[in-house]
Amino acid sequence: MARARKRDRLRWSKLYTFSCFRHPHTDEGGGGGGGPSAASGSPVGGPGFSRVVHCNNSILHRRKPLKYPTNYISTTKYNVLTFLPKAIFEQFRRVANLYFLLTAILSLTPVCPFSPVSMIAPLAFVVGLSMIKEALEDWRRFMQDMKVNNRKVSVHKGDGEFGFRHWEDLCVGDVVRVEKDQFFPADLLLLSSSYEDGICYVETMNLDGETNLKLKRSLEVTLPLEEDETYKDFRGVIRCEDPNPSLYTFIGNLEYERQIYSIDPFQILLRDSKLRNTAFIYGVVIFTGHDSKVMQNSTESPSKRSRIEKKMDLVIYILFTVLVLISLISSIGFAVRIKLDLPRWWYLQPEKSNKLDDPTRPALSGIFHLITALILYGYLIPISLYVSIEVVKVAQAHFINQDLHMFDEETGNTAQARTSNLNEELGQVHTILSDKTGTLTCNQMDFLKCSIAGVSYGVRASEVERAAAKQMASGAADDQDISLEDVWENTEDEIQLLEGVNFSAGNTPKTSIKGFSFEDNRLMQGNWTKEPNSNMVLLFFRILALCHTAIPEVNEETGALTYEAESPDEGAFLVAAREFGFEFSKRTQSSIFIKEKYTSSNGTIEREFKILNLLEFNSKRKRMTVILKDEDDRIFLLCKGADTIIFDRLAKNGRLYEPDTTKHLNEYGEAGLRTLALSYRMLEESEYASWNAEFLQAKTSIGPDRELQLERVADLIERELILVGATAVEDKLQTGVPQCIDRLAQAGLKIWVLTGDKMETAINIGYACSLLRQGMKRISLSTTAGDQVAQDAQKAAKESLMLQIANGSQMVKLEKDPDAAFALIIDGKALTFALEDDMKHMFLNLATECASVICCRVSPRQKALVTRLVKEGLGKTTLAIGDGANDVGMIQEADIGVGISGVEGMQAVMASDFSISQFRFLERLLVVHGHWCYKRIAQMICYFFYKNITFGLTIFYFEAFAGFSGQSVYDDWFMLLFNVVLTSLPVISLGVFEQDVSAEICLQFPALYQQGPNNLFFDWYRILGWMGNGLYSSLAIFFLNICIFYDQAIRSGGQTADMASVGTTMFSCIIWAVNIQIALTMSHFTWIQHVFVWGSIGTWYVFIIAYGMALKSRDNYQIMLEVLGPAPLYWAATLLVTAACNIPYLIHISYQRSCNPLDHHVIQEIKYLRKDVEDETMWKRERSKARQRTKIGFTARVDAKIKQIKGRLHKKSPSLTIHTVA
Amino acid sequence: MSVSGSESEASRRSSKKPKYSKFTQQELPACKPLLTPGIVIGAFSLIGIVFVPIGLASLSASQEIVELVDRYDEECVTASDKIGFIQDTKVNKACTRKITVPKPMKGPIHIYYQLENFYQNHRRYVKSRSDQQLRSKDYKDPKAVIKSCDPEATTGDGSLIVPCGLIAWSLFNDTYAFSVNKKEVQVNKKNIAWASDKNSKFGSDVFPINFQKGGLIGGGNLNDKLPLSEQEDLIVWMRTAALPTFRKLYGRIESDIMASDEITVVIQNNYNTYSFGGTKALVLSTASWIGGKNNFIGIAYVAVGGICLFLAMGFVVLYVIKPRTLGDPSYLSWNKEDAGYSH
Repeated sequence: MARARKRDRLRWSKLYTFSCFRHPHTDEGGGGGGGPSAASGSPVGGPGFSRVVHCNNSILHRRKPLKYPTNYISTTKYNVLTFLPKAIFEQFRRVANLYFLLTAILSLTPVCPFSPVSMIAPLAFVVGLSMIKEALEDWRRFMQDMKVNNRKVSVHKGDGEFGFRHWEDLCVGDVVRVEKDQFFPADLLLLSSSYEDGICYVETMNLDGETNLKLKRSLEVTLPLEEDETYKDFRGVIRCEDPNPSLYTFIGNLEYERQIYSIDPFQILLRDSKLRNTAFIYGVVIFTGHDSKVMQNSTESPSKRSRIEKKMDLVIYILFTVLVLISLISSIGFAVRIKLDLPRWWYLQPEKSNKLDDPTRPALSGIFHLITALILYGYLIPISLYVSIEVVKVAQAHFINQDLHMFDEETGNTAQARTSNLNEELGQVHTILSDKTGTLTCNQMDFLKCSIAGVSYGVRASEVERAAAKQMASGAADDQDISLEDVWENTEDEIQLLEGVNFSAGNTPKTSIKGFSFEDNRLMQGNWTKEPNSNMVLLFFRILALCHTAIPEVNEETGALTYEAESPDEGAFLVAAREFGFEFSKRTQSSIFIKEKYTSSNGTIEREFKILNLLEFNSKRKRMTVILKDEDDRIFLLCKGADTIIFDRLAKNGRLYEPDTTKHLNEYGEAGLRTLALSYRMLEESEYASWNAEFLQAKTSIGPDRELQLERVADLIERELILVGATAVEDKLQTGVPQCIDRLAQAGLKIWVLTGDKMETAINIGYACSLLRQGMKRISLSTTAGDQVAQDAQKAAKESLMLQIANGSQMVKLEKDPDAAFALIIDGKALTFALEDDMKHMFLNLATECASVICCRVSPRQKALVTRLVKEGLGKTTLAIGDGANDVGMIQEADIGVGISGVEGMQAVMASDFSISQFRFLERLLVVHGHWCYKRIAQMICYFFYKNITFGLTIFYFEAFAGFSGQSVYDDWFMLLFNVVLTSLPVISLGVFEQDVSAEICLQFPALYQQGPNNLFFDWYRILGWMGNGLYSSLAIFFLNICIFYDQAIRSGGQTADMASVGTTMFSCIIWAVNIQIALTMSHFTWIQHVFVWGSIGTWYVFIIAYGMALKSRDNYQIMLEVLGPAPLYWAATLLVTAACNIPYLIHISYQRSCNPLDHHVIQEIKYLRKDVEDETMWKRERSKARQRTKIGFTARVDAKIKQIKGRLHKKSPSLTIHTVA
Repeated sequence: MSVSGSESEASRRSSKKPKYSKFTQQELPACKPLLTPGIVIGAFSLIGIVFVPIGLASLSASQEIVELVDRYDEECVTASDKIGFIQDTKVNKACTRKITVPKPMKGPIHIYYQLENFYQNHRRYVKSRSDQQLRSKDYKDPKAVIKSCDPEATTGDGSLIVPCGLIAWSLFNDTYAFSVNKKEVQVNKKNIAWASDKNSKFGSDVFPINFQKGGLIGGGNLNDKLPLSEQEDLIVWMRTAALPTFRKLYGRIESDIMASDEITVVIQNNYNTYSFGGTKALVLSTASWIGGKNNFIGIAYVAVGGICLFLAMGFVVLYVIKPRTLGDPSYLSWNKEDAGYSH
């Protein structure tokens, strides 16, 4: 296998100029045996640099003193032994649970008014349930770890034999062989690779989110270790730094064959990055498991709590205050009664009092009673609230996970609610911060158009153009009288159509080539030879096929070629060149081979181009150049790069096509395409020779300015270029992204895009997904500070930025047109300043005024900082969505983090709270699930407060009638079952199944979403209203019952009511009242709600009958069957009290609905009366109106165009074609 | 990649696909009741229509009941030191009361004693009993008995009291002897307690031991020869009342009493309510299906029903003066905003 890869063995160091340079020490002699470096001055061996690795001798590392952790990783919180203590500790860190624990402990003392079991059982239930949940989650984590730990890697087992071993069994010092597209199992020192000069490509997506490949290279001295057998006698010692989280540094040295060589980050392959474009590598393990840099980097994701829960805590505190207050009242009352009355109450034998009720020491007794009261009224603080919320959220999360509308057929992933405690937060999102690559776009490039010699080719419209054209067609068809609604309807259908079938496949069935969507007969099938400028076209194609750093891969079965390119753009170019008949077929050390096929009839000619130099692309140069010699020994320089860069370097005679090309470039940009300009230059032999000498000198120079030197020299030759044309590549948006953004905007959400891309790309994508459009006023913030580090330059840059922001704000302020939209585009450097304390509020103010905000070239850290700024500055809920490891910071920082799964790299998903596989699912996640969950949880919590206040206060009132003695009118078991059994299921069904409107309507009326961000269902008005309702109900239940059962006989038999019957009747009333209440609250009854609500009432009767039969010693023995059941008064009281409790609420909701109906009320009614079917125009009209006024998105774009047309129609003759507008 | 590989890939993908069910997709058929004006008015009217007759029926039942209340604690003690009088065991405490019946009373006539300001619901009191001891003679766990019956569990020398605890100890012990028009009337004291109490909670083999033999004497004494299950006064007493004012059944007079008949009651005024400022009263009452004389529930029903009828009318008026077509889109927030915008 290794031999089969020999053809890959290229010496890249000869071609590359920049990234592939050697460490100065080892670069001496231009590739001979690297010179040993002196260890003097290096910190190796000192503190913090104590690690010693015996290569290929891992036996030494299995024992002390050189025993390092194994490669076993564990991300679990607990293990079998620590689970109980740790999980219990976690549980009782919650204040509420601690309170309940205290009461449970106190219940073992005589102070407690109840039997201990009634206090301990619910607590055990609640804590147990939460712990089971914890255990399950941890188990899942464990399984995931096991999956990773059980991956296999080829390890040297001795005598030059390699064999597979699990990752977890890997030891420091092991030599491993990693094959192409495998992950590195640990942090490795690269020894050699399939390439002759020991380089390899690494994809670090999981570490930093960058998709381009990084180059690593081995030390010169280890290059001979390129076969399995060579490891037979390999020995070496690495001394290096201790484990640390810094990804980009490494200090250490290798002692090999009695020489010391220093190691730098170029030789280090980090765990979780992936080997790409390289057949295999050998490496020696330096850091294993938790010592590895990626594990050192992993931070525990912060636990997030939703706004509702935070507010709920506040309410709980209020209830606590009430609790303490009534307990105080109660204990003062008790003390007073004890002092004044108890001595006279002979039937209590006051003279035999103990300290709990001692008339001589009323204060002390009062204090003891305070504890009793705190326990007794503890029902105000619902212990089961927490567990019910937990159960409900798990169920809601299950629904999110199971939603077929969020299932991605392509990747086979469902949406995942990874942390269920943020479900309701989804319904309150205000700002979305989105990553671009991989989130909005697929990071797949399609060659779409090109401009050659001033002629634009490519008839296929870009996604953006297509969508706009369709909308325009529908808009313009309605000539004079364009009604917005109709446009909307059409676009609506369009969108549905687009969503239904695969977008591109539906339109062009024949295209199946990945990366190539070009369509123009003038160039295809060799027709280009008939074009007027065919020689330029030929040159254009050659540049595409030659100017790159890719390697062809032959599929051994089909013989088809695939290209391993560093960037997807390059891959698209090569595919395009192949389709045009210029197939890049082979690359050798010094040459590129191209199979050229001019027309479809004649055969192919293979041409060889000798590569003389390759000046590679980097973000600073923004261009790439190859210098090569063709078969006629002519020397060409081919250069591709950003248009501005190329245009600056054109020769006087090379500007022939500049005006046309510029025009085309602008068109492409507007169509949302990525553009590059192509140019060439012919070189004279002598000219090249002199330059090359200089270049070689720069290349072999040593020292810090080597790179600058190289750049300068490269710059010398990249001049006097002749423009050939430009390419336009479509950075394919993910399916449904523009539509989704449009809908989210209509739901009133703000969308910010944070991308690491350069400004031009970001702006293109802004256009592509309708965040930007023509006619928008763009405010660009950037600094010219460049790399200057000087203090005053920084200051100047900052001041200029300040001015720019001030100007921008002024501009926004002075704008009179209400429809004017602003877009803010800021680049990373400017952002550094803008995020500083003195400026960030100015910046934020400006940003919130703008309809869209795009931040380009931002680092992962800045993404997190921007997120924090928005979160803290606006005080609103933020949602961050991204797919790469570079988004982790932002995902963790935001109130809700959403990860895109299905693409490579799991870091974002692992850090996220929710994961979806396509950006477009975000709409459903927020507008449907978020909306529902918010309302469900809000209503559920309010109801909980109501229910417990109702119940808790009746206990208090009874106290006042029992001399504040701490006696409860209810049986212990009633109190126990009240929260746990008798009222828990209905409220859970409310939290799980309630739907104010169906999912379909949620999507059709995005405005409904605004009920969440405006917090319509959990504001203080509502909360206090519900609490007031609870207070009223408690009064009604208690006093009506007291009056009914005051002293009279309750049955025709003449018996009077005792405490047990009064308590049982009161409790029956409560059960009825709170369950009828929840039935009135619900607007959606499936059979489940019916079963739970009516079942709860039924359960109460079943319970009381069973209980009455079972326990002979209690006062409740046979109470229902013998005492209350046959008494009409009991039933009459139940009916009366239930009605009295619920009538005020019924009045409230009836009045509200008839006079101030909320949106969902009206929509419910429309649906109920089937008006949507009968009066379709009304339904359509309302649907179109139920959208926030947006300044971004498709709709805004269409509106703007329509306005434009209308304006023109008024002025000019109506002879207008769609083309002029599109 | 081989074909089979991609196939298995595909099957792996589809296997992750959630199975469609109406439940998981939250599409279960549901009824969505709406508060339309019709339903609102209907609901309130219905409550009114149901409640008012119930109220009237119970009021009329309550009106038919004849109830005589005679508070006797004041009159039956002539001495100025009432507490001293009641605590003196040697004094004759008989007291004769005469009650004239205003309306005919049909038998059975229930006899109650009514105490006021007596906290039978005090926690210290309620707790002080041992149900196990009452139920079975075999229950002889002194520790548990002492614990649950504290502070009236043992006599001075430490032997257990049966029935123990404050409740039993403070047993009500006034007695009433009735004669109508000078003719003695028998008081039926059978079946004044719940049958289940007699059968299950108070053992037929448990006899009072050491009762009222502690340091203090509380209320009444018990017949040592009778098992607890037959001591119905005790059983009634031990069902503690919920409120400080309560009535307990004393017995029944099975015969009818005519209007303007005079009932003479000879009361043995033994029970001390004077220490704590409580009152005692004798109550004679007939009963109907609703129980005793209970106007409150009737009034409450009529009131709630009346309010609901009123509300129903109120909503009718509201819908007339401020009509809103159901599902009228002009009430949607965006339409309202627009209206405001144009002004």
